[in-house]
Amino acid sequence: MQEIANVYFDGKHYQVPADLTIMTAMEYCGYQLKRGCGCRHGFCGACATVYRIVGENRPHFALSCQTKVEDGMYIATLPFFPLNHKIYDISKIKPTDNIMMEFFPEIYACVGCGACTKSCSRSLNVMQYIAYAKRGDLEACAHESFDCVACGICSARCPANISHNLVGLLARRLTGKYITPEAAHNTERVNAISNGEFDKDMDELMAKSVEEIKEMYDNREIEK
Amino acid sequence: MQTPFLPHMLESIKAVEASRAERFETEPRRMDADEKTALLQEFHPDYGDNGFDTIKIGANTGEKAPKELVELLHSKSKISDVNINLDNIEFDVDVLIIGGGAAGASAAIEAHNAGQNVMIVTKLRMGDSNSMMAEGGIQAADKENDSPMQHYLDSFGGGHYKNKPELLRRLVMDGPKSIKWLNELGVMFDKHEDGTMWTFPGGGLSRKRLHACADYTGAEITRVLKDEVQNLGIEIAEFTAALELILDEEGKVAGAVLVNMLTGEYLVARAKTVIMATGGAGRMHYHGFPTTNHYGATADGLVMAYRAGCNLLYQDTIQYHPSGAAFPSQLFGALVTEKVRSIGAQLLNIDGEAFVHPLETRDVAASAIIRECGVREKGIATGQGNGVWLDTPLIEMIHGEGKIESAIPGMLRMFLNYGMDLRKTPILVYPSFHYQNGGVEIENDGNTKHIPNLFIAGEAAGGIHGRNRLLGNSMLDVIVFGRLTGQKAAQMAKSTTTGKLFLNHIKTYEGKINEAGVDTGKLSPILLPKYTRDVNEARVV
Ligand SMILES: Cc1cc2nc3c(=O)[nH]c(=O)nc-3n(C[C@H](O)[C@H](O)[C@H](O)COP(=O)(O)OP(=O)(O)OC[C@H]3O[C@@H](n4cnc5c(N)ncnc54)[C@H](O)[C@@H]3O)c2cc1C
Ligand code: SF4
Ligand code: SF4
Ligand code: FES
Repeated sequence: MQEIANVYFDGKHYQVPADLTIMTAMEYCGYQLKRGCGCRHGFCGACATVYRIVGENRPHFALSCQTKVEDGMYIATLPFFPLNHKIYDISKIKPTDNIMMEFFPEIYACVGCGACTKSCSRSLNVMQYIAYAKRGDLEACAHESFDCVACGICSARCPANISHNLVGLLARRLTGKYITPEAAHNTERVNAISNGEFDKDMDELMAKSVEEIKEMYDNREIEK
Repeated sequence: MQTPFLPHMLESIKAVEASRAERFETEPRRMDADEKTALLQEFHPDYGDNGFDTIKIGANTGEKAPKELVELLHSKSKISDVNINLDNIEFDVDVLIIGGGAAGASAAIEAHNAGQNVMIVTKLRMGDSNSMMAEGGIQAADKENDSPMQHYLDSFGGGHYKNKPELLRRLVMDGPKSIKWLNELGVMFDKHEDGTMWTFPGGGLSRKRLHACADYTGAEITRVLKDEVQNLGIEIAEFTAALELILDEEGKVAGAVLVNMLTGEYLVARAKTVIMATGGAGRMHYHGFPTTNHYGATADGLVMAYRAGCNLLYQDTIQYHPSGAAFPSQLFGALVTEKVRSIGAQLLNIDGEAFVHPLETRDVAASAIIRECGVREKGIATGQGNGVWLDTPLIEMIHGEGKIESAIPGMLRMFLNYGMDLRKTPILVYPSFHYQNGGVEIENDGNTKHIPNLFIAGEAAGGIHGRNRLLGNSMLDVIVFGRLTGQKAAQMAKSTTTGKLFLNHIKTYEGKINEAGVDTGKLSPILLPKYTRDVNEARVV
């Protein structure tokens, strides 16, 4: 016999096969999802979901596409959480010590409660990446926040009203653009191409017959 | 956590473990050209007639396509019976971009920077797209032992020599500069201490040419582009789908009819030029395959453009990713990135034998798996069909402990959720519908052949990749041709005058459906797949 879970959507009780995810259980119950569903594979953060298990006090947070139903789940979806998006020109700002202060001063009001980390749908150490940002260690913030899917759950929980994923995003963009050294091989190749250094070889290759190119392809050397 | 593997799986894992040391020493043989051809002919879903129908109307009449796509093309428009007031213009812009993936975002940035008034409409949220999901990486020939010619050769061979040469040339020549553009926007590519980018090997690549951002390459690129679009103040209408293109009296594209996904309200957008960046079709589940694609991948762009008079190219070829997750059922179809194979994991049958080189091109690897599970009966039953092993513990034998965590953290986490540790046990995979190799045929500027001022970018376009796209060439194509179409559409918008708006092509097309007697009785585009069970069966207690 198939195992069954009792779940509640919008307060209504449904019995669903216990191996469904919260997302597929909603569909099983007839919900044609229009919001709260994007990639269906844990990348986009569209499916942030809050649930409470009957009889428990604590709410849980999860991505509905990545979480199996459990018996007694009371479920509400959170299609997006409004954040305070800051406007900046990445080519003008710099990875300075006070850049975070300028755009996200509220991070300095963090009370260290850890609610963000506890609720993170990706089990990231959110409080830590905010701490790195406060300290001006942008690179550490960038790496610590790298797997964030911007679901907004942590921000919904934060007493200091921090838009965590945007803090991480700014740190990552600054790191990618300014902090890690430029890739010299890339710059050289870009210049070589724009100077037309490959044009002749390319013309010659394209002038060959498909038969000739096939021959080249089948015998090309493959880098180990 | 208790092992989720079933007893017969655990039995087979023993065989996998037993052969690991020997496999560590040897590399599986690569097939020669004849063997590959024979394998594809017999086992690749594209090669048979099963699951295909003939298109009976429109520009590709007489050609074959997956029957799910033919059904969309033989259906009347969703607004066939709706009276849309084209004088009531809700949005009036220079460049309208349909689709909020990386192609749409790149196009928007360029068109905006060219001084045009740009708007993006997208069906889900901005960024909810296949672009967000790309894991493996993005190609560009920017290492010393590599060249644009080598990239061209790999891609042309991989595409079965059917790529449109000028498009492919642009793809490879603009590769390095696209990486630079992204890096300068703040995309965090994996780099060595001195700034040299890590580049990885991949199926069908003769050089290590894949640039990556851990296994979140697409997410990292897409979120940066989305942020940039927002910072530039470009207007975005989310949860707003395009239903049909609007043409003017000269047959130029002149906008689109939109629908608010949540309220059902129809909206008219007028535009001087339109860029269709609606992505793929995985959610159409051609031939019944599961898919790696996002929820909105339903071929809408192909349907809209075709109805307006465009032609499709290579609509009959689909890329099945060799490694879709086959177990547990919650992950069915989800992508196991090719990077897992490029860093050493091998494909094994029930007896723990490597039956194919893990870095064969995708079509070859997928066909080999289909053969192994089919006629050879060497697959492992999963409850939803069969799968083969992908031997992930081998990765750490080759590269040392910690490699899985650092190179493929997303994969590690995805399976840990279900009690499977890639570092200790292999995982089960089976091919999954991954990418539409073809699409609306484009010309050199990303423009369509038949409709002036209409551009196609990204996965919706056909021609760049021939009949089979190589890994990492699609993220590159969305950047290269996304940017190009943004520039070209902006340029065109400056010199164009849009006439009166018409939807006559919808009735004309409908006439052809009736004439050919192929009406399916359904309406298209479908916008979203239907996964709901019949509600009346759901037991409300
Ligand atoms: C799981 C996965 C992994 C991948 N890995 C790689 C990789 O490693 N390297 C690589 O090169 N490629 C990879 N690919 C392929 C690549 O990601 C895609 O081909 C590429 O991102 C397509 O970009 P796009 O902008 O054209 O389409 P998408 O990113 O899919 O964007 C299309 C957008 O259009 C919207 N849309 C669709 N219809 C409508 C409509 N009617 N109205 C309004 N909006 C609409 C969609 O909702 C979506 O937002 C991968 C694909 C998947 C699914
Ligand atoms: S850090 Fe916040 S926004 Fe990012 S994944 Fe975790 S909960 Fe979601
Ligand atoms: S929830 Fe807010 S206040 Fe609490 S630790 Fe996290 S960032 Fe600080
Ligand atoms: S739908 Fe994208 S994370 Fe769940």
